[in-house]
Amino acid sequence: MIQVALRGLAGRKLRSALTALAIVLGVAMISGTFILTDTINKGFTTIFTESYKNTSAVITARSTISSSNSGAALTGGFPASVLDQVQRLPDVAAAAGSITDTAKLVRRNGSTFTTHGAPAIAVSYQPHEERFNPLVLVAGSFPTSSSEVAIDKASADKEHYKPGDTIRVIARGPERVFTVSGIVKFGTVSSIGAATIAVFDLQTAQQLFNKVGKFDAVRVATKGNVPESKLAAEIRPLLPPTAQVRTAEAQVKQETKDVGFVGVIQKILLGFGGVALFVGAFVIFNTISITVAQRMRELATLRTIGASRRQVMLSVLGEALIVGALGALTGLFLGFGLAVGLDKLMAAIGIDLPKSATVFATRTVVVSLIVGIAITLLSALRPALRATRVPPIAAVREGADLPPGRLAFLGPPLKAIVAAAGIALLLYGFFVHGISVTQRLVAMGVGALLLFVGVALISAWLVPPLASVLGWPATKIGGSAGSLARANSIRNPGRTASTAAALMIGIALVTAVAALASGIRNTVHDTLRSTFVADYAVTSPDGFTPFAPASEKALAHVPGVIAVSGERVGDGEAFGKTVQVSGVNGDVAKVIHMDWAQGSNTTPAQLGANGAILEKTYAKNRDVGIGDPFTLQTPAGTKLYLVLKGTYVAPKGPPAFGSVIIPQRTFDRVYPQPTNLFEFVNMRGGVSDANTKALKAALTDFPDVKLQTQSQFRSNQAKFINQLLALLYVLLALSVIISLFGIVNTLVLTVFERTRELGMLRAVGMTRRQVRRMIRHESVITALIGAALGIGLGFFIAFLVTQALKKDGIGFAVPTVSVVVFVIAAIVAGLLAAILPARRAARLNVLEALQYE
Amino acid sequence: MAQTATETQRAPAAADGAVVAATDLTRRYGQGDTAVDALRGVSLQVRRGELAAVMGPSGSGKSTLMHILAGLDRATSGEVYVDGTAVGRLNDTELTRLRRKHIGFVFQFFNLLPMLTAEENIVLPLSIAGRKPDKQWLATLIGKVGLADRRTHRPAELSGGQQQRVAIARALVSQPTVVFADEPTGNLDSATSEDILRLMRDSVDTFGQTTVMVTHDPRAAAIADRILFLADGLIVRELPRSDPADVLAVMNELNAR
Repeated sequence: MIQVALRGLAGRKLRSALTALAIVLGVAMISGTFILTDTINKGFTTIFTESYKNTSAVITARSTISSSNSGAALTGGFPASVLDQVQRLPDVAAAAGSITDTAKLVRRNGSTFTTHGAPAIAVSYQPHEERFNPLVLVAGSFPTSSSEVAIDKASADKEHYKPGDTIRVIARGPERVFTVSGIVKFGTVSSIGAATIAVFDLQTAQQLFNKVGKFDAVRVATKGNVPESKLAAEIRPLLPPTAQVRTAEAQVKQETKDVGFVGVIQKILLGFGGVALFVGAFVIFNTISITVAQRMRELATLRTIGASRRQVMLSVLGEALIVGALGALTGLFLGFGLAVGLDKLMAAIGIDLPKSATVFATRTVVVSLIVGIAITLLSALRPALRATRVPPIAAVREGADLPPGRLAFLGPPLKAIVAAAGIALLLYGFFVHGISVTQRLVAMGVGALLLFVGVALISAWLVPPLASVLGWPATKIGGSAGSLARANSIRNPGRTASTAAALMIGIALVTAVAALASGIRNTVHDTLRSTFVADYAVTSPDGFTPFAPASEKALAHVPGVIAVSGERVGDGEAFGKTVQVSGVNGDVAKVIHMDWAQGSNTTPAQLGANGAILEKTYAKNRDVGIGDPFTLQTPAGTKLYLVLKGTYVAPKGPPAFGSVIIPQRTFDRVYPQPTNLFEFVNMRGGVSDANTKALKAALTDFPDVKLQTQSQFRSNQAKFINQLLALLYVLLALSVIISLFGIVNTLVLTVFERTRELGMLRAVGMTRRQVRRMIRHESVITALIGAALGIGLGFFIAFLVTQALKKDGIGFAVPTVSVVVFVIAAIVAGLLAAILPARRAARLNVLEALQYE
Repeated sequence: MAQTATETQRAPAAADGAVVAATDLTRRYGQGDTAVDALRGVSLQVRRGELAAVMGPSGSGKSTLMHILAGLDRATSGEVYVDGTAVGRLNDTELTRLRRKHIGFVFQFFNLLPMLTAEENIVLPLSIAGRKPDKQWLATLIGKVGLADRRTHRPAELSGGQQQRVAIARALVSQPTVVFADEPTGNLDSATSEDILRLMRDSVDTFGQTTVMVTHDPRAAAIADRILFLADGLIVRELPRSDPADVLAVMNELNAR
C-alpha cells in the first residue's frame, strides 16, 4: 500500500508539487524566523560575552530605577577611585576602568548615521588593558591622543572612511573633528546592526562625556581559581551607593534580558508563519479532498481486491505524509533565504539588529519538520476518512457519489456552531476585562481560527448566490464561456468555497489591517494637527532618538524667533513605577497645544524649581490635586520633591509628553546627560523660505538633528503607520500567494476531471481561446468570492478591534482605496492562477478527450 | 460460539459441493411508487471448479445479482454463501477478509492502477493482504496470461486485451475460491475477446478456478459449463455448455417475450 501511495505521488507530480508548495512557504516562514532571530540573539549574546571576555566581575553604575535605557548614560558613572581600591584586593589579577556612552558619527554629507533606536556606542580604550578589549582592529590603530577616534567597520565602509581621514563626531555639545586612527570590528560578530561604534582614548572619553575622574564600568579579572562570586562578594563592600558589582556571567545575563524584544519579534513573525500554515492547510485539505473524489474508482478497486478501510486511509495519509515531509524539508532550507529577506524587510523600516554567523539550530529543524508534516497530515485526515467510505461497488459504477458519513446530519448545525464559537471567543478576547494578555491573545487567535473555518464551512451555501452576482460581469464580458464559467463555479459549491476560503483568510487579514490602520491614521493625524502647532520642529533624523540639547540655544539666537522650546526626555520613578519624564521651558504651551484642566498657558513659566504638570486622569488616578506634593526619583538616585501646579487633558493618540512634566532647569540639574526628544520653534512670519534658511544655517553645527516645517514634522511623525502597514502587507502577502496555489490546484484538478466534457465542448465548436477564457473566468469568480468573504470578515474583525480600543480614540474607518486595490489584486490573482490550468485545458486533444475514461 | 454459528451456516452449502450459493435473493431499489425490483427471488449454486455464466438482456438484474453474490451490494432478502460463509451478515472488516481469501474480480473496464506496472498490479492483492507471492506460481501465472515480456509495462503502455490479461492474472493470483467476472469482454474488440475468453476457460481447466461471469455476449457465455438466463429479476432458463448459436436463440426468445 505504501507503494501505491508512492507511485500515486509519482504519477501526479504536478499536483503533488503544488500541494507541497502550500506547506513550503509556511514552513519557510517558521524556519526563516527561527534562523533570523537565533542569529540575532547569538549576535547579541556574542557582543555581551565578548564585552566581558577575560572578565570575572564587572562594576557598573547603579541605576536606582528599572529602566529600559542603559544605566551608564543616565547616571553619569561612579568615582574612579573604586578602581584603586579594587586593584588592592589580593584576589584581583587585573582591573581596568572604562567609559561607555553615546557618540554619533557624522557622515560625509553632514548628517549623522541613522541608527533607528540602536545605540551609537562610544567606548574608551587603554593601550595596556588589551586583555579586556572586545574590539579587533581591521585597519590602522587604536586612538592614543585626544584628536583620534577609531570607528566601526560598517560605518567606515558605508562612508568610505579610512585611517587618516577626518571625521566629525557628536558627543556632548557641538560636534568635534577627529582623525580616524583605525577601523574596528566587534570580535566575531558578523554585524552590529544599525549601531555605530566610536572608540576614544580613556582621558579623551572622560573629558568628552563630562566624566573626568569617573568610570562607567570597571572590569576585574581574578587570580587563579578564585570563584567569580567570591570576587564579587569581596568587591561589594568597597563600592559607593552609585555603583554595583556583578559577576561577568550575571552581567551578560542582565544585558541579554534587555534584548527580550527579539523574542517578541520572533513571536510576531511566527504568528505570520502560523497564518501561512493555516492557509496552506486549507489548500492541502482541498487538494486531497478533490483527489480522493477523483480516485473513487481506484480506491474502490483497491477495496474489491482486499484492501481494508484502514489501508485505504493509510494510503491517503501516506501520500500526505510524503508530501508534507518533502514540503517541510524544502521549506526548512528555503528558510535560509527567507531569513535574509525578513532581515532586509525589517532593516527597511529601521529594525537593523546585530547578527552573528547564521545560526541553524536543531530546534529549527525539529520544529519546522514536525509542524509542516503535522499540518499536512491533519489537513489530510478528513479526506482520508472520507476515502474509507468509498464503497467497493464504486469500482463498477459510473459517477458514484460518496455516501454521507454517519455524522453528516450534524453538519449544518456544526458549521454554524464553529463560526459562532469563533465569534464568541473573539468577543471574549476583545471585551472581557481582567484576563491575562496570554489568555486574551489565545482567545483572539483561536477565535479567529474558528471563525475562518466556520465561515469556510458555511460559505458552501453562500457560493451560489455570490457566484451569480460576482459572475455577472463574466457572463457579460466572456459571452458563453463566461456563462459556463459561472455555472461551473456553482457546480461543486463545497469545492469552490474551500478554494475561495484560502484566499479569504489572506484578504480578511489585510482588510482588517487596512481598516485598523486608517482608523489609527485618522486619530494620529487629528492629534498631530491639534497638538503640534509650532512653525518648525527639530528632531533627530529618525524622529524619535533623543539628541543633545545644545542646538536649542543656537536656535534661540536666530533673528525672528519668537519662541523656542525643547522637550527633554528621561526616565524616572514616580508613584512606584518607571515613567517618562519631560523637561519643558516656559514657552512650551506656545509650541504644543495643551488642553488645560487646571492651569493656563502661563503655568509652565510659573513652575519655579519644583513645580510639575501631570495629565488630568493620571493625576486623578493617583489622587494628586493641585498643590499636592509627590516624589520623582532619577536613575542616578536623586529625589525630587515636586508640587503639582497644573493638569491638562492628553489627546487620544500619540502623547506629546511623558507622564511627568517638570521645568527644564530642574531637569538639567538632576539628569547628568540631558537629551531632547523635540525642539520646537515659532518664527515671526511663520513658515517661510527665509525663516527655513535662517534656522538651517543655525543648525549646521548640529548634524544629529533635522529641521522640519510643521507639516513635514506631522507627516514624519505619522510615517511609522505606513511603514508598519507595509511590513504587515508583505508578511500577509505570503498567505495570499499560498492561496493562489490553492486556486491553481483546484483548477488543474477540475480540468482533469472534466476532460471528457471539455472534449465535448470543443467538439461542438468551442475554440481553444474560449476554453481558456472559460477557465480564466471561473478562476476570477472563485477569487472574487474569496475577496468578498474576506473583505466582509476583515471589516468585522476590524470593527471588533476598534470597539475594543474605542477609549484609545481609534475609530472604525473604511479604507475605500485599499479595498478597491484588494479587489483588483484578487482579480489579478485569479488571472494568474488560471494561466497554467487554462493552458492545459486548451491543449486537450478533442478526440482523446472524448474517449477519455 | 462464533465458531459454532459459522459451522451451522456452512452446512447447507457445503453439502453438495457448491462454493457459491444463493437462496431466494431479492433486491429492491428505491421506495414506494418508484421502487424497482431488480431481483425477485433468485436461487443458484455454483460448484467448485465450475465456470458459470449469467446471461440476460440489459435490465434483467444480472449485474445486480453478481454484485450481491460478490458482497459488493446487499440483498433485500435472501442469503448468499461464499465458501459456506453467509456474506450478507458480514461487517466491513469481515467482508474485506472474505475478499482477500475467497474472491477475485475481473472488471469490464479493467480497473488497473495506472501508476503500477503490470506485475505490480498482478501481485497487488497479495501485497495488500501482506503476503509474499510464490515466485513459481507467479511465473506460471504470468506465463499463462502471456505477459512474460510485459511485466514492467504500465497499463497505459498496454493494449486493452493485455490490460484485461493483467486483470485476470490479478484475480487469479491469490487463488481465490471464486472469481467474479463482470462483462470481461464488454470493452474489447471481437478478436481480443476470443483471446480473453480462451484464457478464462483455460484458467478453469488448468487451475480448477471456480468462476462466475456476467455477460450479454453469447460467445462469452458459450465457454461456460452452465449458463443461467435471467429476465426481470428471475432465473428463467438454464443451459448446459452450449454453442453461441443456441445461446443466441435463447436470448432472442427471451427478448421476444
